[in-house]
Amino acid sequence: MSGTHAHTVGFTRDTMIPQADPPMTSVGAIGWAHKNLFSTWFNAIVTVASLALIFYVLAMIVPWAISPTWESSSLSECRDILAAANGGESGHGACWGVIRERWVQLMFGFYPSHLHWRPVAAFILLGVALAPVLFSDKVPAKLLYFTLAYPFIFPWLLWGGTIWAPLSVAAGFGVGYLAYRIVSAVAGDLLSVLAGVVAALVWWLVLSGYVVDALAGLIPIGLEPVQSRDFGGFMLSITIGVVAIAASLPLGVLLALGRRSDLLIVRYLSVGFIEFIRGVPLITLLFVASTLLNIFMPPGTDFDIILRVLIMVTLFATAYMAEVIRGGLAALPKGQYEGADSLGLNYWQAQRLIIMPQALKISIPGIVSTFIGVFKDTTLVSIIGLMDPLGLTNGIRADTNWNGIVWELYGFIALVFFVFCFSMSRYSMYLERRLHTGRK
Amino acid sequence: MSELAEEQDIDRSKMTVSDEIAVEIIKMNKWYGSFHVLRDIDLTVNRGERIVIAGPSGSGKSTLIRCINALEEHQKGRIVVDGTELSSDLKNIDKIRREVGMVFQHFNLFPHLSILENLTLAPIWVRKTPRKEAEETAMHFLEKVKIPEQAHKYPGQLSGGQQQRVAIARSLCMRPRIMLFDEPTSALDPEMIAEVLDTMIELAQEGMTMLCVTHEMGFARKVANRVIFMDEGQIVEQNEPEEFFNNPQNPRTQLFLSQILGH
Repeated sequence: MSGTHAHTVGFTRDTMIPQADPPMTSVGAIGWAHKNLFSTWFNAIVTVASLALIFYVLAMIVPWAISPTWESSSLSECRDILAAANGGESGHGACWGVIRERWVQLMFGFYPSHLHWRPVAAFILLGVALAPVLFSDKVPAKLLYFTLAYPFIFPWLLWGGTIWAPLSVAAGFGVGYLAYRIVSAVAGDLLSVLAGVVAALVWWLVLSGYVVDALAGLIPIGLEPVQSRDFGGFMLSITIGVVAIAASLPLGVLLALGRRSDLLIVRYLSVGFIEFIRGVPLITLLFVASTLLNIFMPPGTDFDIILRVLIMVTLFATAYMAEVIRGGLAALPKGQYEGADSLGLNYWQAQRLIIMPQALKISIPGIVSTFIGVFKDTTLVSIIGLMDPLGLTNGIRADTNWNGIVWELYGFIALVFFVFCFSMSRYSMYLERRLHTGRK
Repeated sequence: MSELAEEQDIDRSKMTVSDEIAVEIIKMNKWYGSFHVLRDIDLTVNRGERIVIAGPSGSGKSTLIRCINALEEHQKGRIVVDGTELSSDLKNIDKIRREVGMVFQHFNLFPHLSILENLTLAPIWVRKTPRKEAEETAMHFLEKVKIPEQAHKYPGQLSGGQQQRVAIARSLCMRPRIMLFDEPTSALDPEMIAEVLDTMIELAQEGMTMLCVTHEMGFARKVANRVIFMDEGQIVEQNEPEEFFNNPQNPRTQLFLSQILGH
């Protein structure tokens, strides 16, 4: 291999250069540190200053957090323990006794303690129901049947009551489908869908009450009922969060499609809904749910407060979700629609098989952001008097034993929220990697 | 322009044109807003015909073939495909799209599905073919376009030429009676154009009715039995390839041919 000279134009390579290893300074730990931490003098200063700051913060937090106060049963006892540990002088440290004493309450609120197994079972089953959705490549698809049944099991376990109530709600879907099938034999698509919806509504609002009462009288199978006002703690946050998250995704998809629809009325209704809900603070919607809604209800109707909150939070999340998904739809090249059209797929087939899988994949970061936002927003229900973890802190801090405690409680709640939100974030990154199918 | 088509012996034995009409376009007009893109298009395509549509960019040639499977809507005139008239009736549109395959400039494969899934999707969902049968058909056509070994990869892992061949195979899996090609080689690197053209030539030799918008004049010369030249939304000239290339009549055709063949 001879070099080319400036004055010789002709050059023929006689041997090809084999692939070689990169130089040592650019690989391994030293190479990494050199490239990422100390590449310029400015970078080096920033690195050293950051390390100093991290050390300073940890030096404050770690000794405070490592504190022998787990067994204490009041703030004054904490102070005694800390003083004793510090050789008589007033010590500095966290008072973890409050978490030990109140963590059951922070988890379940005032849910009857002999029934705590029910929310626990509900959330374990939630994991089972989510598995085929979240890890579709590792879990048998048959589990999806359980996922479909779960929305009826979940409220039954939490609220209890006769088993016929959730079964009757499920039967409503069957009634609707039956009506759809019967009408679709003689009429068009739109009419049959309408018939299905009307039949289901008639079942739920009129007939199902009598049927449930009759069946419950005949075959009384049920769980001990629990009132909504006894719900609280993280159980309440997770219930609201899970329902709002699970419902807002499909509703958001429909709303996003509605906003891009060619049908003028559908489009304007979707835009109107999205803009109205996004233009109003969640707190306002929650106040509407807690107070204003009662005014419009016939007197004596018992419209469960948690159900009202669930509906409002879901509507709120749906509006945001629709916009996130619309972004994903807009990012898809027009060729994907044309490819689907040219093969003869109809609108819903194209959406389900071609458009949505890709649009949702593009929107994963935005969708998960919305999920995380919704889950954290569940703390707002404390303002309308529901006993979510933040609502409970007021009561705990009003207790004479724990009067004056701040950091430990809020820190613990923050940590639990962080664990949930960080898990969602990590899952979304895993999902993005899994769905990555090569370079575009 | 590929020279490959020139070197090959083309078997014209099956490339017969029947009297049966495959596509009939009568006085068709289309506007984008107030812009008149297609003006009084009259075109009859018989079964087995291979038509190449050429013309400068913006002349409406892509829009014309996209009207045939209703990817674009025409506002005036009639389009009859395989005896079914295109109207706003969705049933007719779906019926026509099932019978008409289309290959795009940018392939439009579905990146989230494997090659095999790309090929079996429409047969399974539109034609209700059992999965196993659809997969057999898919493998048959993948072999035909000479990439059966790529069946389980994703489109993003294939070269442009391979992707376009998959796109052709995907259309063929629906067993279309008419194939539309919308500049199938324009987005490809030069060394990949030949492999796609070969596939198209093979298709022509089997008697497929084809309408191709393309700048591959070598392909037009060898395979087409009619070349149509469009400019400003109208058909300016059409003729058999020999006559079209050797003896163009309209000055616009002459100018266009001198521009693309001149170097």
